[in-house]
Amino acid sequence: MVFTKFVEVGRVAMINYGEDYGKLCTIVNVINGNLALVDGPQNITGVQRQKINFKRLTLTDITVKIPLNARQKTIVKAFEEEKVIDAWNESSLKKKLDRMEKRASLNDFDRFKVMLA
Amino acid sequence: PELQYRQYQVVGRKIPTESDPTPPMYRLKVFAQDEVFAKSRFWYYMNRLRKVKKSVGEVLRVIEIKEKSPNQVKNYGIWIRYDSRSGTHNMYKEARGTSLNGAIKEIYEEMGSRHRARHSVVQIVKTDIIPAAECRRDNTTQFHDSKIAFPLKHRLPRSNKKSHKSTFKA
Repeated sequence: MVFTKFVEVGRVAMINYGEDYGKLCTIVNVINGNLALVDGPQNITGVQRQKINFKRLTLTDITVKIPLNARQKTIVKAFEEEKVIDAWNESSLKKKLDRMEKRASLNDFDRFKVMLA
Repeated sequence: PELQYRQYQVVGRKIPTESDPTPPMYRLKVFAQDEVFAKSRFWYYMNRLRKVKKSVGEVLRVIEIKEKSPNQVKNYGIWIRYDSRSGTHNMYKEARGTSLNGAIKEIYEEMGSRHRARHSVVQIVKTDIIPAAECRRDNTTQFHDSKIAFPLKHRLPRSNKKSHKSTFKA
C-alpha cells in the first residue's frame, strides 16, 4: 500500500477531536512519534501554536512550503501565496463536513422539502 | 486531574543565632506537584547535604519556575540518581518536548515502567537543554531532521466527541 499523506513540516491537517474540531492547522515541527508542534496560523484558522497528538489530526492533501519551526508570519504568507483556504474549501473532505453540518441543522420542514426533492 | 509536575525554587537557611547571625542561604530547584511537597523535598536534601534540619531552619521563599518558551521544541537531558533493588545508580536520560515539566513527567513515568523505580527513589540531579548535535539517544536524534516525513499507519477510526464513544463499533 502506498502512502500519499505524510506528517512533514508544512503539512496542513484538520483537527478532528476536541475544542478546535474542524479547524485547519499546519505542522511546524515533530516532537516525537505521537506529538507534533502545530500552528493555525492563528490569524487565519484560529488554532494557536501548540503541541497536539497525531491522533487528533486528519492529514489533508495540502502542504505548504515553510521552514522548520517557521514563525506565524511566515506561515500566514505561505497560506496566502498558495491559497490554502481556497484549496481546502474545494476539497471533498470539507464539502462532506459542510454537508453533514447542514443535514444536522435541518428542521422537520427542511427534511420534508429534501424528501420531496 | 492528571498528575502535573511543576518546577519550584526553594530558598532557605538555618535560623540565625547569636553564634551564627548570617548563615548561608541555599537554593534548591525541585520538581513537585505543589509547594508543600517542594518544601518537604528541600528539607530532605538540606538534611542530607548540609546538616540543617527543618526544626532549626526556615524556608525564605518558594517560587514556581515557569517554562520560558512553551511553544519551542527542545531536547532535554536529565541526570538521575535512583535506587534499584540492589544498589543506587546514576543515569542520563533524554526527553524531547516543549516544556521541562513535561519532560520530567515523562522521565518519572519511564523510570517507573522500565526500572520499577517509584517516585521516592528517583532524584533529579540535573536538567539541561541539549543542542541537537550533542544528543546521545537515538530516540531523540531520529527526530532531528528538517525534512522529516512519515505516514500515519494503522489509523483507527475514532468518534469526534467523547460522548459518541462506544466500546464496540458496529
